[in-house]
Amino acid sequence: MAELVGLREAVAGLVSDGDTIALEGFTHLIPSAAAHEIIRQQKTDLTLIRMTPDLIYDQMIGMGCARKLIFSWGGNPGVGSLHRFRDAVENGWPRPLELEEHSHAGMANRYVAGASNLPFAVLRGYVGTDLPKVTSTIVPIECPFTGEELVAVPALNPDVAVIHAQQADRRGNAAIWGISGIQKEAALSAKRVIVTVEEVVEEFEPRPFQIVLPSVAVDAIAVEPGGSRPSYADGYYDRDNAFYEAWDGISRDREQFGEWMERHVLGTRDFAEYTKSIERGETLR
Amino acid sequence: MTDIATREYTTDEMMTVAAARELENGAVCFVGIGLPSEATNLARATHAPNCVLIYESGTIGAKPDVLPLSIGDGVLAEYADSVVSVPEIFNYWLQAGRVDVGFLGAAQMDRYGNINTTVIGPYASPKVRLPGAGGAPEIAASAREVVIILRQNPRSFVEDIAFVTSVGHRHGGDSRGELGYGGAGPTIVITDLGILRPDPETKELRMTALHPGTTVEEAKEATGWELKVAEKVETTDPPTREELEILRDLKARTAASRKRA
Repeated sequence: MAELVGLREAVAGLVSDGDTIALEGFTHLIPSAAAHEIIRQQKTDLTLIRMTPDLIYDQMIGMGCARKLIFSWGGNPGVGSLHRFRDAVENGWPRPLELEEHSHAGMANRYVAGASNLPFAVLRGYVGTDLPKVTSTIVPIECPFTGEELVAVPALNPDVAVIHAQQADRRGNAAIWGISGIQKEAALSAKRVIVTVEEVVEEFEPRPFQIVLPSVAVDAIAVEPGGSRPSYADGYYDRDNAFYEAWDGISRDREQFGEWMERHVLGTRDFAEYTKSIERGETLR
Repeated sequence: MTDIATREYTTDEMMTVAAARELENGAVCFVGIGLPSEATNLARATHAPNCVLIYESGTIGAKPDVLPLSIGDGVLAEYADSVVSVPEIFNYWLQAGRVDVGFLGAAQMDRYGNINTTVIGPYASPKVRLPGAGGAPEIAASAREVVIILRQNPRSFVEDIAFVTSVGHRHGGDSRGELGYGGAGPTIVITDLGILRPDPETKELRMTALHPGTTVEEAKEATGWELKVAEKVETTDPPTREELEILRDLKARTAASRKRA
């Protein structure tokens, strides 16, 4: 059953050095507050899983939290490169980053297998591409019924999954509406689950395309209003596209990135303080 | 097309308009971000109001009123017919063969329409690390047809791509057929210079049309392999006033919405 706790306590209690962790949210509802808390607590040697690493993993990689990345698309959406990710892969800075690279379809199916407690998933894909040459977790398999050649990919079962939802109710159920991405599968595939939410409500309202992650599938719920920024939370705030564009400049240079992280993330106590600190107009420098 | 705006358009606008014309009204279309999204939304605003746009974030029948910056912007879900999970979009829709056409961009492409979006240089020590596969390999595999939109220059049109991220016509001939995919692969490539289509036998891409004002020599110079040209090269109809107005209005509204946010 989910317990309502502070985010600091949730991360300290549930995330350990060396863990395999998945912070999911497909463009929408990216758990930025939790990522910052992991950086503040200087967790290290993590294996990071995420379909689209986005800014949060760029930050974690640049701060040296990650040993390995399991992913399928590592860019700044609509803007260009993730510079810290690129620097780690191209130059090993601040430390070498092992890659396990898949396609979106492969990653999605790996989570489904993990959530289903199966050892692997099967899909039609990858064949003829160079991905199986560089990723050992893509293996041909013959269908025992039809003989069709397909591809097997192993289940993902992270030690910890972290997602951001719009709401939790008093019983600890978590509601997501709008684009729900891969969050349900990520949560159900993990050993421990942290959910940050915009707010706690008495009861959920019915909404189109809403999914509810039951309390029994969640370990910790932490209230973090705005905790997804610069990503967005449908019904609460829009995607901060200007920040995604600004990140290109902030992250391009190692020193500038380090100073920015020092000032706004390590130098703040929590996400609320971080949000105030970047609102002081220092973001774009 | 009679309503010709005389040379008051850019080569990028010509490319987007030419790509938009390829989307049939009513088609189910899996849309990549950037140029593909621009072209398919232009099609939806002009001749193809009933096309069903699918984005990999899980939105089916998306009807964005401005162009999304990312593949999962809120505007995609807001007016969608349905919003489903990522496994559902790839398994039940794409892999199951429910997608008529996939619109893809690329960093590099070879003469058979194989695409690289992974690395420039060796994989283990890349010169440039690109974002990677995303949804493209399975779109290229399973969409019934693939439309590629890509600016044509020697850096993008290369003899050997550094990494095959998504399969086109592989080594040409019937070699794609051996892979067992449901889709036919790239049927057309639209660039800022013209249009290429695969030769029916060899599957090598040939320049079959040039945009107004472009010469065969320019197209050859912009291509990193010895470009084959169809016997009879057509000239693309230039953008109509209506096409240009709608495209520019879409881009202006998009720019305004990003400033506001």
